[in-house]
Amino acid sequence: MSGKTLYDKIWDAHLAHEAEDGTSLLYIDRHLVHEVTSPQAFEGLRMAGRQVHAPDKTIAVPDHNVPTTAGRENPDQMTEDSRIQVAALDKNAKDFGIHYYPVNDIRQGIVHIVGPEQGWTLPGMTVVCGDSHTATHGAFGALAHGIGTSEVEHVLATQTLIQKKSKNMKVEITGKLRPGVTAKDITLAVIGETGTAGGTGYVIEYCGEAIRDLSMEGRMTVCNMAIEGGARAGLIAPDETTFAYVKGRPHAPKGAQWDAALAWWKTLKSDDDAQWDKVVTLKGEEIEPVVTWGTSPEDVLPITGVVPSPEDFKGGKVEAAKRSLDYMGLTPGTPLDEIKIDTVFVGSCTNGRIEDLREVAKILKGRKVADGVRMMIVPGSGLVREQAEAEGLAEIFTKAGADWRLAGCSMCLAMNPDQLAPEERCASTSNRNFEGRQGYKGRTHLVSPGMAAAAAVTGHLTDVRELV
Amino acid sequence: MEKYTKFTGVAAPMPLVNIDTDMIIPKVFLKTIKRSGLGVNLFDEMRYDREGNEIADFVLNKPPYRGAQIIVAGDNFGCGSSREHAPWALKDFGIRAVVSTSFADIFFNNCFKNGILPIVLPPEDVAKLMDDAERGANAQVTIDLENQVITGPDGGEIAFEVDAFRKHCLLNGLDDIGLTLEKQDAIDRFETKAAQERPWV
Ligand code: SF4
Repeated sequence: MSGKTLYDKIWDAHLAHEAEDGTSLLYIDRHLVHEVTSPQAFEGLRMAGRQVHAPDKTIAVPDHNVPTTAGRENPDQMTEDSRIQVAALDKNAKDFGIHYYPVNDIRQGIVHIVGPEQGWTLPGMTVVCGDSHTATHGAFGALAHGIGTSEVEHVLATQTLIQKKSKNMKVEITGKLRPGVTAKDITLAVIGETGTAGGTGYVIEYCGEAIRDLSMEGRMTVCNMAIEGGARAGLIAPDETTFAYVKGRPHAPKGAQWDAALAWWKTLKSDDDAQWDKVVTLKGEEIEPVVTWGTSPEDVLPITGVVPSPEDFKGGKVEAAKRSLDYMGLTPGTPLDEIKIDTVFVGSCTNGRIEDLREVAKILKGRKVADGVRMMIVPGSGLVREQAEAEGLAEIFTKAGADWRLAGCSMCLAMNPDQLAPEERCASTSNRNFEGRQGYKGRTHLVSPGMAAAAAVTGHLTDVRELV
Repeated sequence: MEKYTKFTGVAAPMPLVNIDTDMIIPKVFLKTIKRSGLGVNLFDEMRYDREGNEIADFVLNKPPYRGAQIIVAGDNFGCGSSREHAPWALKDFGIRAVVSTSFADIFFNNCFKNGILPIVLPPEDVAKLMDDAERGANAQVTIDLENQVITGPDGGEIAFEVDAFRKHCLLNGLDDIGLTLEKQDAIDRFETKAAQERPWV
């Protein structure tokens, strides 16, 4: 018998029931809830007269549709629809007795930043949320994935999820990254390699020296975008970096429980003789700072490249590339670093953590945001905001002329008023460049935090290595 | 949920690859706290100009396809967010099946929970159905889940695969939560064991 992968081990440890055809009930350790995909689920519970099965394992925070401007705890500051959604979550959290971080709590923030920050996310857990970027939590060696609203209701009612097991895929990043290259470039480069459907049907485990060398913040950035590669989840085996991050967090185990947990966590890695259904290997040294040119996260190129032509592609992608170029207003052959931008967005669960803000501050320090460019910096949580202020980063941002805001999803999905105008071009640290994602007809180029800051300073997409 | 019965309907061709959930239902429509009423905003940004007028050459605005019940789509349909608003909007519009070479995982799951059948077929079969769909109102396609067969307008048959459990749930209109609660004993046993093995959770 061959060994097990990390995914196999977590799966086996959470299997509550398995039918003959492989349909399984997977037990869920942490269920994260936000205001946009949960109202219909709670409504369903009420209609059926059901309770939340494990309220102590359920954590709610409003993030997707909250304003990111000062004074937002005043409901008059909210648009009517966000007021309704936030009020519904307030009420549902109270009625069903689940953990809750309301808008005016310093711990409020993007759900995938709050979970790890508060120690709710721990190695070896199963974590779900009605949001596709739940994959973020995989950075801890937790099996974490997004679910739809019917599944939210299912987890609320039963603390389990009906699942079929995915296949195992290994993505190895060997060697060291070169200066100026970050976790964001790794994760985009992987999607560029595999395509947005390359991971469909798989759970990815990221490994290799370049992954091991990353901080927890960087690992979260990598796993966050596993979903953009089509995978159900991304995983990184926990190690000393993980344990050091987790230790002392408000909901992390303490004392004897910590020791017991640690002993188990140390067994959470793929066996040497584990079987992989697919293996992808990238050399860390060969990854460059990248940008996206199109409207799919797989449209990735090194910043040193040029806008491609539809003829460079095959099959259905030819039409898609034509449409993307038209939508993005780009001409084939244009050097990527000559593309002028109007707006820079720093934030989201991909790059809204303290380390990301430090990268931005490094570039902005002593510099100014270029004339005519607006730069929006949105911390991932109230605690990230507080820390950035304590470290003097916020001062660097405001001095440079950037707009320093309150925590939330903001222009990552542009549900609240933080949006692009039609044809406005944005360098963004978020995770999706889909048509209309950041505002109707808005044009998004996905980049790392350092690259975003570099673009803000020069007014065009820029190789961050020229500014360090 | 309603039982999923055999039906015949018009199939609309959408050959674009990577049709994502933001296209299916843009986020401005995620602000509702209800499941219903999203059909008018299905594919909103492709379907209407900003004054709210229909864009004539968008497929679902063309007369033969206004009542389409099937979409034949390019690769990787439904990629992007977990929003169940995407299948809710499709369902509300009247779509009962989507055919493609591949689907994004979360969207694929969400379809079954809402009485929509996502069918994965090899590229040559999708191409054949895409051709059929181009024929407009003449393209009546029959989907028979029970026997796992699609019948094209010229009578040609294409067999498809579907997970047995999901098929069973669709055919019988079963509610997942109800089914799971029948296994409450297993869940209780698991919780007792897990509380001993991993008390810190
Ligand atoms: S920041 Fe963006 S991707 Fe992350 S949870 Fe919010 S909307 Fe989703």
